[in-house]
Amino acid sequence: MSAVLRAASNCRQLCKSYSTRMASTGPIQSAIQETLTENLQPVHLEVINESYMHNVPKGSETHFKVLVVSEKFENLPLIKRHRLVNELVKTKLEGNFVHALSIEAKVPSQWSADYKVDPSPNCRGGFGK
Amino acid sequence: MLPTFRYVAKQVIGTGYRFPIARTLCSAKENTVTKEDLEKLVKNNKVVVFMKGDPEQPRCGFSNAVVQILRMHGVTYDSHDVLSSDDIRQGIKDFTNWPTIPQVFINGEFVGGCDILLQMHQSGDLIEELKKVGIKSVLLEQAEKEEADKKK
Repeated sequence: MSAVLRAASNCRQLCKSYSTRMASTGPIQSAIQETLTENLQPVHLEVINESYMHNVPKGSETHFKVLVVSEKFENLPLIKRHRLVNELVKTKLEGNFVHALSIEAKVPSQWSADYKVDPSPNCRGGFGK
Repeated sequence: MLPTFRYVAKQVIGTGYRFPIARTLCSAKENTVTKEDLEKLVKNNKVVVFMKGDPEQPRCGFSNAVVQILRMHGVTYDSHDVLSSDDIRQGIKDFTNWPTIPQVFINGEFVGGCDILLQMHQSGDLIEELKKVGIKSVLLEQAEKEEADKKK
């Protein structure tokens, strides 16, 4: 029985990584992934391009959401965790910050594998206007 | 309660997508909003929000989320529409060294953006922070009332 469960879980992981890859990662998304991986050694990282939810051309890389689970956040208040992530992204993108970066920054004890990231709130047309 | 810059937005909103070149030109210009101006603004009320649009008509989902959360807690606050002024939009980002809008201040202190306010709301920290500045959250009032009713 446990073998079956393990197989199912492997499959889920495979599917997940597959679907992530399928959503054709753009250069900005890759850069964000890279810098957060390098600097925060996260136990879990999701970088989601939410640009499609907004009033921007198809394939844009303007709106992102990240879930970072890292021990480096231990003992840091929320605002410092967010500042850290913002700084890393800003440095990596050489000052060309993305239009929106929604952040969930957790320590491992605040996260479990079945945790699902909520999509960001609906756009109301404010972008670039 | 009336946001200072409300409805001025429409003059500037105009033409949709702002091209990077326009942004470069704008930022090359001297910013007319000084640090002192912003310091005054963020201290003008116990809760101050810089957002896109105004509370009745937020023009961004993140700004709207902040409005909804503060509404749930029954908080009155100053709001400033950054779409009505590029100087304020850039000025506040420089002031807090925070790259995105909305931005929330409690007692003149920068608290964070939408994500942080949402997490503070979920964890109960927001009720505590409001209490510190003498604002009693409506949610807390309701909870206390229910508690009292149970005891009756």
